[in-house]
Amino acid sequence: MMETVTITMKNLPALYLEADNVSPDVFAGKTAEQIAGLDVFEGNTTQTLGKYFEVAGKAGATAAETKIIVKGNTGKVKYLGFKMSAGEMLIEENADLYVGAWMKGGKITAKKNVAAFAGLAMKGGELTIEGNAGNYLGAAYRGDWRGMSGGKIHVKGNAGSDIGMYMTGGEIVVDGNIDVHPMTHAEGGRLVVKGNAKSKIGGQSLQGDIIIFGDIEVMMPGFKPVDTVELDIDGTKAKFSHFIGDMGERHKKKKGQIVYANLYKKL
Amino acid sequence: MAEYLIKNGHVFDPVQGIKGDKADVAIKDGKIVDKVGSSAKVIDAKDKTVMAGAVEIHAHIAGPKVNLGRIYRPEDKLFTCTPTHGMERMGGGASIPTTFKTGYEYAKMGYTTAMEAAMPPLFSRHVHEEIRDTPIIDEGAFPVFGNNWFVLEYLKNHEIENTAAYIAWLLKVTKGYAVKVVNPGGTEAWAWGMNCLTVNDPVPYFDITPAEIVKGLIEANEYLGLPHSMHIHPNDLGNPGCYKTTLDTLALAEGLKTHNKFGREQVMHLTHTQFHSYKGTNWGDFESGAKEVTDYVNKHKNITIDTGNVTLDETTTMTADGPFEHHLTGLNHLKWANVDVELETAAGVVPYIYSPNISVCAIQWAIGLEIPLMMKDPMRCYITTDHPNAGPFTRYPRVFKWLMSTKAREAQIDAFKHKDKVLSQTSIGSLDREITFYELAQMTRAGPAKSLGLSALCGGLKPGMEADVAVYNINPDKPVADPDDIEKAFSRCAAVFKNGVQVVSNGEIVSNGHKRTLWVDVKTKENAQVKHDISEKFIKYYSMTQNNYEALGHHFVPNPFALEVDATQA
Repeated sequence: MMETVTITMKNLPALYLEADNVSPDVFAGKTAEQIAGLDVFEGNTTQTLGKYFEVAGKAGATAAETKIIVKGNTGKVKYLGFKMSAGEMLIEENADLYVGAWMKGGKITAKKNVAAFAGLAMKGGELTIEGNAGNYLGAAYRGDWRGMSGGKIHVKGNAGSDIGMYMTGGEIVVDGNIDVHPMTHAEGGRLVVKGNAKSKIGGQSLQGDIIIFGDIEVMMPGFKPVDTVELDIDGTKAKFSHFIGDMGERHKKKKGQIVYANLYKKL
Repeated sequence: MAEYLIKNGHVFDPVQGIKGDKADVAIKDGKIVDKVGSSAKVIDAKDKTVMAGAVEIHAHIAGPKVNLGRIYRPEDKLFTCTPTHGMERMGGGASIPTTFKTGYEYAKMGYTTAMEAAMPPLFSRHVHEEIRDTPIIDEGAFPVFGNNWFVLEYLKNHEIENTAAYIAWLLKVTKGYAVKVVNPGGTEAWAWGMNCLTVNDPVPYFDITPAEIVKGLIEANEYLGLPHSMHIHPNDLGNPGCYKTTLDTLALAEGLKTHNKFGREQVMHLTHTQFHSYKGTNWGDFESGAKEVTDYVNKHKNITIDTGNVTLDETTTMTADGPFEHHLTGLNHLKWANVDVELETAAGVVPYIYSPNISVCAIQWAIGLEIPLMMKDPMRCYITTDHPNAGPFTRYPRVFKWLMSTKAREAQIDAFKHKDKVLSQTSIGSLDREITFYELAQMTRAGPAKSLGLSALCGGLKPGMEADVAVYNINPDKPVADPDDIEKAFSRCAAVFKNGVQVVSNGEIVSNGHKRTLWVDVKTKENAQVKHDISEKFIKYYSMTQNNYEALGHHFVPNPFALEVDATQA
């Protein structure tokens, strides 16, 4: 049976708060009191969640039966929904780094903005951001070569730079505009941008699809025009010019055909 | 200093031939003694296993190459950090742990001495700063000689005396421990975009062959009478069919005799033998050459080896074999770093995942276990993972489990995706030998200590030796119900003593001990030629002056322990 836990910020941390225990997986089976006793880190000190948040309600028996509502000023709170595998989370205000990072399943809705590294190395589930997303959305961790591999991210506002870096699967949809370097070194997955894009789109990418509805400020020289195609993107039918690339990279062969990344720019 | 009495443990000590008998081990003033007074602190070792502190003969745990791995692999620290607790400072990293974590992890497993296997002489200061910051364990470092311009020029004319004088000088200024050779000639050839894949491939410009380099370095090593022998990573590492080059390299030691006062019997140590024991012509027909290599080593008493066991983990490969790392990044397409070290050597770093679902990785795992199981004399075969190349050193307890239990090996073979291929390309399925506790003590204590010329100091529990002692929570008289109990027991010691100081209690660090840097101080006859050549090379080629080269003083080597060698009469 679905149960709801509401955590409300009551005492703002002086430093940034690392709240990697705020997820349905950790909350599952716990009472409000037990949840308030979970560890969080402020700077180099270990504190309890209850020092900063008021905890109401209770968690379900499993992650899938647990919904978490995060209220109040969480602009300095990191790792909300970290590694979650099931259940739901609603974040009402802005959140800091790593929202839904390494998530495997379940659903997160952020009503406002989220900072960088949201959906980092995500494997599954749904992450919806109704405001803007920061840099490295759905990307790989620093130094790593394993970015987002599954699930769906939907940003209703704009997104920053380096989104989908080292992406290998799943989908990112941005209703607004994006900054530079999307899908760098991608080896799969799909990025849809309804607004405008800047430059270095799909640099070093091996595989994957990039669909841009708006303008591209500077095209990558490593992408080659091949044809014009008609695509149906989530119910919107339109004509796109089709490019393949990045021609400067190695590419796999599948059934005798070389596999490239595809870039579709709406005509 | 405090006195201790480790009572009623099952003692395994190859130095004294004790095979699990119930005995007491007494410690006084940092040494093992016959008996201690009644005020000695008693450690109850009833139903536990007692061995000397283990000796690591080959690992990459300090210096620029390791640190390059740390810098360019932040993801190695992801989810592997341990916060400050008790005596311990924070640490992190799985395959390339921080210096502090390195010291703690070795100590918790009962290791008390470790050798950094490849020190670029030009960066010896960096190596020693990291050694200094690795607590508890005594450490030495092997400077690399196999691609060094001095060595190539002297040995081209077979000038053994000059080579020896240069070795003595370099050991002194870099505070080095032994003569290490990595892909002899091949790493220098790499600077010309080439490689040496057999012992007869000439090195460009220098016009010398790997065979001449190897043989000359053995002769120079024995001319000086160093504690350890020439320690070699041969040409053609990691390629199908490379066992032939390995046998050609081993044959270079044929008939050569050792000359030293440290009790060492070999003239050549072959390292990470697993990587050099491959048959087949490509990755499709890849198979084990462990039998061919161990047959040869079994027959030739002047060679010792270590294993280089693949542990089936994600790790970071790093070696002075620059061309090999370039080859590897071409195979796995992961990030590659390469460094050239002027007149001396080079290095490459590439992350690697030994997946149990890939047949080549599973066959490599099997070869690493076949080697120690096929070696007749455990005193000449030592367990390593060539940390971090075949796996992190923290996996030693798991390797012990595989070696000590056929049940554990069978369980792993059954878990492989390409089980049939592992069984057809290796003989791991037909080996029913299980390494005993006594053999394990030979392979991890007495053996490596003897090979390193340290047998008077460590690797045993004879009165007079240094009090390096490990107590494990396992009763060797009881049959092991679950092989995982072996891994668990060897992961965290009940107690560890280093030079008579208790450093581990119930798996936790309780002291940082008095860590020492082991190095070899060789006195030689005055050699005006070599002295001149050194100053000339610094003026003409090195990017730094000779004055800035030496690793000296309290900052770099705060607690040195020199093994002295007098070669003035050689």
